[in-house]
Amino acid sequence: MGKATGKALYADDLTFPGMLHGRTIRATIPRGRITGVRLDFDAAGFTVVDHRDIPDGGRNIVSLIVDDQPCLVEREVRHVAEPVLLLAHESREALLAARVHLEYEEQPPVFDPLASDAVLKELLIEKGDLARGFERADLVVEGTYRTGHQEHVYIETNGVVAVPERDGVALYGSIQCPFYVDRALRVMLGGSRHVRVVQTETGGGFGGKEEYPSMLACHAALLALKSQRPVKIIYDRVEDMLATTKRHPSVIRHRTGLTKDGRITAMDVDVVIDGGAYVTLSPVVLSRGGIHAAGPYRCANTRIRGRAMFTNTPPNGAFRGFGAPQTQFAMEVHMERIAEQLGMDPVQLRMKNALRPGDTTATGQTLAGDCSAQRVLREAVKRSGYRRKKARAGTSGRGFGVALFYHGSGFTGSGELKLASRAAVEVTATGVRLLVSSTEIGQGTRTMHAQIVADAVGVPYEQVEVAPVDTSIVPDSGPTVASRTCMVVGRILERCAREVRETLGDLTPQQYFAAHGPLRVEKQHEPPGWLTWDEERYRGDAYATYAWGCNVAEIEIQPDTYEIRPIRVTAVADIGKAIHPALATGQVEGGTAQGIGFATIEQVVMRNGAMANAQLTNYTIPTTLDTPVIDVVLLENPFPEGPFGAKGLGELPIDGPAPAIVNAVRSLGIDLREVPATPEVVMLAAHSRAAVEQHHDLLTYGAALSGVSPGTS
Amino acid sequence: MKFTLNGSEVTVEGHPMARLLDVLRLDLGLTGTKEGCGEGECGACTVLVDGAPVCSCLEPLAHVEGRDVTTIEGLGDDHPLQRAFMQEIGAQCGICTPGMVLTALSLGPKPSLARIREGLAGNLCRCTGYEAIYRAIQSVSGERDHRTPDADTGDPRS
Repeated sequence: MGKATGKALYADDLTFPGMLHGRTIRATIPRGRITGVRLDFDAAGFTVVDHRDIPDGGRNIVSLIVDDQPCLVEREVRHVAEPVLLLAHESREALLAARVHLEYEEQPPVFDPLASDAVLKELLIEKGDLARGFERADLVVEGTYRTGHQEHVYIETNGVVAVPERDGVALYGSIQCPFYVDRALRVMLGGSRHVRVVQTETGGGFGGKEEYPSMLACHAALLALKSQRPVKIIYDRVEDMLATTKRHPSVIRHRTGLTKDGRITAMDVDVVIDGGAYVTLSPVVLSRGGIHAAGPYRCANTRIRGRAMFTNTPPNGAFRGFGAPQTQFAMEVHMERIAEQLGMDPVQLRMKNALRPGDTTATGQTLAGDCSAQRVLREAVKRSGYRRKKARAGTSGRGFGVALFYHGSGFTGSGELKLASRAAVEVTATGVRLLVSSTEIGQGTRTMHAQIVADAVGVPYEQVEVAPVDTSIVPDSGPTVASRTCMVVGRILERCAREVRETLGDLTPQQYFAAHGPLRVEKQHEPPGWLTWDEERYRGDAYATYAWGCNVAEIEIQPDTYEIRPIRVTAVADIGKAIHPALATGQVEGGTAQGIGFATIEQVVMRNGAMANAQLTNYTIPTTLDTPVIDVVLLENPFPEGPFGAKGLGELPIDGPAPAIVNAVRSLGIDLREVPATPEVVMLAAHSRAAVEQHHDLLTYGAALSGVSPGTS
Repeated sequence: MKFTLNGSEVTVEGHPMARLLDVLRLDLGLTGTKEGCGEGECGACTVLVDGAPVCSCLEPLAHVEGRDVTTIEGLGDDHPLQRAFMQEIGAQCGICTPGMVLTALSLGPKPSLARIREGLAGNLCRCTGYEAIYRAIQSVSGERDHRTPDADTGDPRS
């Protein structure tokens, strides 16, 4: 109830006695060396921190996959907005008035991932014999597809408060992954110092608070340790948009062999994503993107090549879907073009090639009975009235598009085995208490986990307490990412709760506690025994299972402005089992709306390596008036290893809306192959494909290019 | 500077151009009003001034002198709209919820869906896709969906 009454405390709502405010001084060039730092203010009353303030034994890195990203720049600048210096002061006004002059020796930056020669990560997935597959083809269809950056726009910006505690810090913050932050702080401060991380109420994440909060936490901790005062750092919207991660832009090429009757004989896919200036999570984003790049389709001969490239922009990072929205966008628009070239009904083409139980994916994973590709497609077509409406499209002027997609639940490959997540259930005087490090960031983690425990112990939901997410209290259940919180962590809780149930016998938790005292059951995640994964060759069971989705989009195009107006999106999702149907529906509705924004209006305009429209005034997300009717259907084809049959859900809904909308535009005769499909892009595509190809920079640089008009082609 | 805040008169010493948002959060300790963008785009900082929704990040203190300001705290802890937002899952992450609830309140009883969509156009939500927010507001007014039935499917949600 606290969220609706204003009582829930977010990071910026916290105050501590003697608290200072912190501010980050950032580089203003995309690449070069810092040759001088000058403080143009009276430093009395300020705490000033640079890289030399990192304690002995600590390291100047933000620890994640590869330790390449400094907490504070020493000399080399790799992107605009890279943190150089930290200031803290009691007064926010004094803090904002302080001026720092940085001198640089600039070097030529690289912004185009296709022009970059610095490879961040490569992958290769091979199945069957590609050359033979193409030999068998009657027809080969090729195409290039592009997606732009996307900004998360959690309505609460990034923020943390660091409080000196013992010889280290307690860190309170808006975070998805408390143990990522815990580890980053320990590495930066040096192993032995006290660290405790507490999640505050978190105003949205979507991946945007997966890795970046570790950076903020390190900064606030350094200021707090030096001043020995609590220090709060809250980014304003401009700083948040300029400095923090975005969805990776992509350029994806497809070459597909087909028989005359529409069977896929060969798929050759080449994926390039823009990683930005540091590794962060890009290898894993590329991995998930690559694995999903062949879409939910059967094909005996497949090759998927992927590259993440370094450029001199702020690092791109985790964003709901994690590479899969980009690659499945390309696949689904490509499928539409294949249908057009074959003169075949696009639903029939998808139905014919959709994965079925017993089929193998591109990595050679054999799908079990919970593969629902055909089922979601059939349901979405029926529910949306697609065929009837499309038959009348000529008179209505509306476009209709389909997208079929899937999303792997949990960490990729052996990731869950390595994570070895833990969760616990305790018997207390008032009922039971569950302990996880999974965070509630709006998706309903607390409610959903409590529901699983209540059902498995057999107690009313109201008797289940959820422990505060504090790394000194809860076990490490892994990060709150990758659609794993319900399926993976929920399953550990279910197993703990069932053991509690057995131990209780005929007693209620309260009776048991009175008679025997406290009881705690803690368990570790056990991935299915049959799961095998070869990390080197990308072969095997990439995910324990997949959730399946299908979207049908109905749109209009404003004839005078070329704006796409979505009318209605039908979203069918098979998630195994909806633990809490209203929460699950909310995930699908929200993810669909975010996908609609990605498709149509959300354009990050980059100039000289920095986001030029870093404000909500000119980076717009869908409002009530931009968001169409979203009609959700949940299907439940259970996954036996999930809690009560449940699979991952959070990311699936964002994979489909962009291709469904672009395919709807295509149905009106406009050869569109990229997002964001801003009015400028749609106008050019309506004129000719060549016009768009000439102006691909539009996706990245916006309308700033002069002379962009259909006439210039 | 005097104004009425949630039914009681308050006196605040402050710069006339101070943002009402800062006065509420920092001087008066009412942190239920949230800052999302600081430029009047997201509506998270919405308060009611004489019953009308206003972005408190754009509102100078001097503007509310002698006027009637309502924040989320003024609704108490058990307002039907607050309950409805929780029951219908109209609040996911919750950061937009205080502003949403106040804007919804300003729409009066039994707003049509078209009125709700228009009225909430200045309040951004990134979590819900707005559907659950409509359900919450309509559950309070007892009004079900006002959309005309879809000719093709008979689905009232078109």
